[in-house]
Amino acid sequence: MADEQRAVSLPAKPALWRRPAVRSIFFQILLVVGIGYFGYTIFQNTLNNLEQRGISTGFGFLDQEAGFGILMTLVPFDETYTYGRTFLVGLLNTLLVAGLGIFFATLIGFMMGVARLSSNWIISRLATVYIEVFRNIPLLLQILFWYFAVLRPLPGPRQSLILNDTFYLSNRGLYMPSPVYEQGFWLVMLALGVAIVASIFIARWAHKRQEATGQQFHTVLTVIGLVIGLPLLAFLVMGMPLSWDFPVLQRFNMAGGMVIIPELAALLVALSIYTGAFIAEAVRSGILAVSHGQTEAAHALGLRPGSTLRLVIIPQALRVIIPQLTSQYLNLTKNSSLATAIGYPDLVAVFAGTTLNQTGQAVEVIAMTMAVYLAISLSISMFMNWYNKRIQLVER
Amino acid sequence: MKKIHVIASAVALTATLSTNAFAGATLDAVKKKGFVQCGVSIGLPGFSNADEKGNWSGLDVDVCRAVAAALFADANMVKYTPLTAKERFTALQSGEIDMLSRNTTWTLTRDSSLGLNFAGVNYYDGQGFMVTKKLGVKSALELDGASFCIQAGTTTELNLADYFRSNNMKYTPVTFDTSDETVKAFDAGRCDALTSDQSQLYALRIKLGNPDGATVLPEVISKEPLGPVTAQGDDEWYKIVRWSLFAMVNAEEMGITSGNVDAKMSSDDPNVRRLLGQEGIKGSGLGLADGWAANIIKQVGNYGESFERNVGQGSSLKIARGQNALWNKGGLQYAPPIR
Repeated sequence: MADEQRAVSLPAKPALWRRPAVRSIFFQILLVVGIGYFGYTIFQNTLNNLEQRGISTGFGFLDQEAGFGILMTLVPFDETYTYGRTFLVGLLNTLLVAGLGIFFATLIGFMMGVARLSSNWIISRLATVYIEVFRNIPLLLQILFWYFAVLRPLPGPRQSLILNDTFYLSNRGLYMPSPVYEQGFWLVMLALGVAIVASIFIARWAHKRQEATGQQFHTVLTVIGLVIGLPLLAFLVMGMPLSWDFPVLQRFNMAGGMVIIPELAALLVALSIYTGAFIAEAVRSGILAVSHGQTEAAHALGLRPGSTLRLVIIPQALRVIIPQLTSQYLNLTKNSSLATAIGYPDLVAVFAGTTLNQTGQAVEVIAMTMAVYLAISLSISMFMNWYNKRIQLVER
Repeated sequence: MKKIHVIASAVALTATLSTNAFAGATLDAVKKKGFVQCGVSIGLPGFSNADEKGNWSGLDVDVCRAVAAALFADANMVKYTPLTAKERFTALQSGEIDMLSRNTTWTLTRDSSLGLNFAGVNYYDGQGFMVTKKLGVKSALELDGASFCIQAGTTTELNLADYFRSNNMKYTPVTFDTSDETVKAFDAGRCDALTSDQSQLYALRIKLGNPDGATVLPEVISKEPLGPVTAQGDDEWYKIVRWSLFAMVNAEEMGITSGNVDAKMSSDDPNVRRLLGQEGIKGSGLGLADGWAANIIKQVGNYGESFERNVGQGSSLKIARGQNALWNKGGLQYAPPIR
C-alpha cells in the first residue's frame, strides 16, 4: 500500500534500473555471485595445481591402513586401523582434555575469583599473586614447565611410588586398577539412573513446597542417600558383580589397569591453571558488578555470608560472568592444540601431524581439522548463549 | 558485451599461463633471486647444525652448498630454513623452499603421491635403537613392552610399528614434534628407548646429559636411504640437484679433492678433464657454467671429504663409512659417469 501511494505521488514511474530497491537487490546478487565465483576459482585452482604437481587429492586416504601406533586411545586402535580412525582417536583425545580442562578451570577460577575478594588479607593476596603470575606467562612455557616438572622428579617404573599395591606412580604415569564389569552390573547402573531421576523430582517437589508453605526439606541428605544407597543395594543383591584389573610391573613398564599418562596430566594442569586465572578475573568482575547494597540488604535480612554469596550475589554476578566465561572456554579448547609440544596425542598431533605427514594430503587434513575446531567452538558457544539467555534478568 | 568477452578471455589466458608457467619455474626463480632456499633439519650435529654465529654446516648442508656452487660459483649463496619432520614436505610443496636436504627417507609413497622427486642418496642409513645402559638390554628383541620416544611424521614411526607387529611384541609410542624434544623426554626417563635412524642416534646421544649412560643396539630394522628432494614439475632444477651430488661422488672416485682440484685441471685423464669442464659436454646440458663441478669440489669438497669432515673421523660423531663407502670400496655410493 505504502509503496503504491508513494509511486502515485511521484511525477512519473522511474525506470526499473533507477529504483533503489531493484538496485540494491541487483548489487547484493552481484556481490554474492562475485564471492561465490572467487571461492570456486580458488577451489578449482588448488585442485588443478595439486594435480599438476602430482600431489594426490581426495579423501580416499581415510580408508587406508595407518600403520603407526598412538600413545593413548579412548577407542580400540592399533597399527592396522585406518587413517580415518586416527582422526577419531585424535578428536576424542582433544575432547577429553578440553572437557576436563573446562571443568577444572571453572572450579579453580570461581575459587580464586571469590578468594581475591576475600576480606582475609592473606587469602586475597595469595589469589592476586596466583592470577598475576599465571595469567602473564605464555601458555606454551607453562605446559613445558609442568611436563618436565612432573616428569623429572618421578622415579622410573621399576622404582614406582606404590600405594597399597594398587596405585603406582612413576614417570610413565599414574597406574591404577581398572574396573571389570561382570554379569549383572547393568542393574547397578539402572539403580543409579533411577536414583538420579528420583532426586530431580524430589528437589523440584521440595522447592515448590518451600515456596508454597515455607517448610524446608533436607534435599541434599536425601539425594546423597538415594544416589549412593540404591546402587549399593543393587550391587549387593547381584552378588558384587565387579572385579578389578590390577596393574602389574613387567620388565619395562606396568601392564594392565588404567593409566593417566604424564602428558595428559601436564597439559591438563597447565590449561586449567592458566585459564583459571582468567576466569578468576571474570568472576571478580561479575561479583563487583553487583552493587554492595545487595550484600547489605541480604545481611539485614539475616542471611549468613555463605548464603548471601550463593543466593544473592552469584546469581546476579553470573549475568556478567557468562559471556566472558564463554570466551575462556573457547580459548581453552583451542589452546589444547599446544599438546603437540609435549607429545599428548590430540587431534593436531595425531591427525594434523603424523597422518598429514604420512599421507601428504595437507589441504584435506587441515580443512578437516579446522572444521572440527570450528564445530567444537560453535557448540560451546551455542550452549553458553542458551545458558546466558536462561539466566538473564527477566524484566517485568 | 564485447568488453566482457575480452575480459573473460584475458582471464582464461592468464589462468592457463599461470598454470603452465611452472615448468622450469623453480630454476628461474632461484636464478632471479640469486640464492638457493634450502630446507634443513633444526639441529642435527653432523647433518645440519648452526654454530653460535649462525653458520650452517653438515653433510646435508653440503648438498645445498654444492648446488649453490654449481649454479652461482659461490657455495655461500644459500639461505636455510630449519624444518621439523612434520613441516618439511609442505614447505617444499608450497614453494617456500627450493630444495629439501634434511635426512629424508626415499619411499614409494613419498616419491609418488607427495609431488616430490628424490634426487639421489647422500647417506645410506637404517633405523636403530638407543637405550640406557642400566636397562641391561643387549638386543632389540628384548624390548617387548617398552616405551619409545619417536619424532612425529617420520618413517621411523611406521617401521617401529611394523617391527613390533611382525615380532609379536607390544610397545608404547611417545611421539614428539622435534628430535630435541625426543631427546629431552628420553633423558627425563619418559621412555625406555629412543628410536631413529642410526646416524641420528649417534648425533642425538651427544645431546644427552650423560652420553656414556646410553648405548645403541646392534639391530638395524629398516632401510633408510636419505637424500635431497625437489618439488615435482621442474626437471631442469631436479637434474642440477641430482648431478651436483653425483659430481661430489665422482670426484671422490677420481681422487679429486678441494686441495688438489687446481692441479688436476692439467690432468691428462679424460674422465677428470670431463668432470672439471675441460672437454666433453661440460655444463651446457644442465645449463650451467663449464666449471660447475670444479666449483663444487673447490668450495665444498668431494663426497668423502664432506663425509669425514661432518660425520666421520674429522667430527665428534666418528661414524665409519660402512655402506656409505664408494662402490669400489665395498660400499653403496655410486654415481653415473660424467661423459
